[in-house]
Amino acid sequence: MNKYNPPRMNPSSLRSRFATRFLRSLSEINAQKPTASSSSPTEIFRRYRRIKVAADKSMAYSVRSRRTWSRAMLWKLRTRPCGRRSVKTSTIVRKTRHEKQNKNTTTATTTGEDGVVSGVEADELRELVPGGEAMDLYNLLDETAHYIKCLTTQVQVMKKIADFYSP
Amino acid sequence: MSSSRRSRSRQSGVPRITDDQLAHLVSKLQHLIPELRRSRSDKVAASKVLQETCDYIRSLRREVDDLSDRLSELLASTDMDSEQAAIMRSLLM
Repeated sequence: MNKYNPPRMNPSSLRSRFATRFLRSLSEINAQKPTASSSSPTEIFRRYRRIKVAADKSMAYSVRSRRTWSRAMLWKLRTRPCGRRSVKTSTIVRKTRHEKQNKNTTTATTTGEDGVVSGVEADELRELVPGGEAMDLYNLLDETAHYIKCLTTQVQVMKKIADFYSP
Repeated sequence: MSSSRRSRSRQSGVPRITDDQLAHLVSKLQHLIPELRRSRSDKVAASKVLQETCDYIRSLRREVDDLSDRLSELLASTDMDSEQAAIMRSLLM
């Protein structure tokens, strides 16, 4: 029987590292708001972008270079230009995507116990996990599990903060 | 890297993933995904696990997006510093 082993990383310590960093970023973002127009749609949108980046940054820095995905995310965050244009940056980072068009040569097809793992699903996963383009199947699955754990932590903490500030 | 074509594998620098290793990792993922946890069955096809994993990651990122959006509106009318300690305590409890 496949017993699920508990994660090596203590979720509450990752949670507290993330929460500390994220709250700090939030208060910095909050301090920067121009009081006159803090509720204008433009301002709200700008804040939304900054908060999104802060959430990813806080998570990546909380994991640091212990994981391939966090290293990839840190690299992406460091090379993005200050301000807008985050979409263009991710395009630059993924310039190797056109190389993946030849799915048959770059993707392994493995037959597992439960059936065939096709290259298409693995490729789809590679695009979702930071740094996935360079991972072999084993690392991809391993990194994905950790990435998901961190994403759920991110969501939990952000939810708690949002609930706290909700009227 | 294909375990079913051992004799023809020419990629000497690439470690071969065994069926067992693959099954273990796929099972680990399966337990992380709410959709699949509910099915109570150990026999979910690996390709389905990967598909559900992709969907789950996308839904988590959408949640982060929505929460960022919600926070950006909430911050419009909030002074944060004084309440941070209280939040931290409630978060860490």
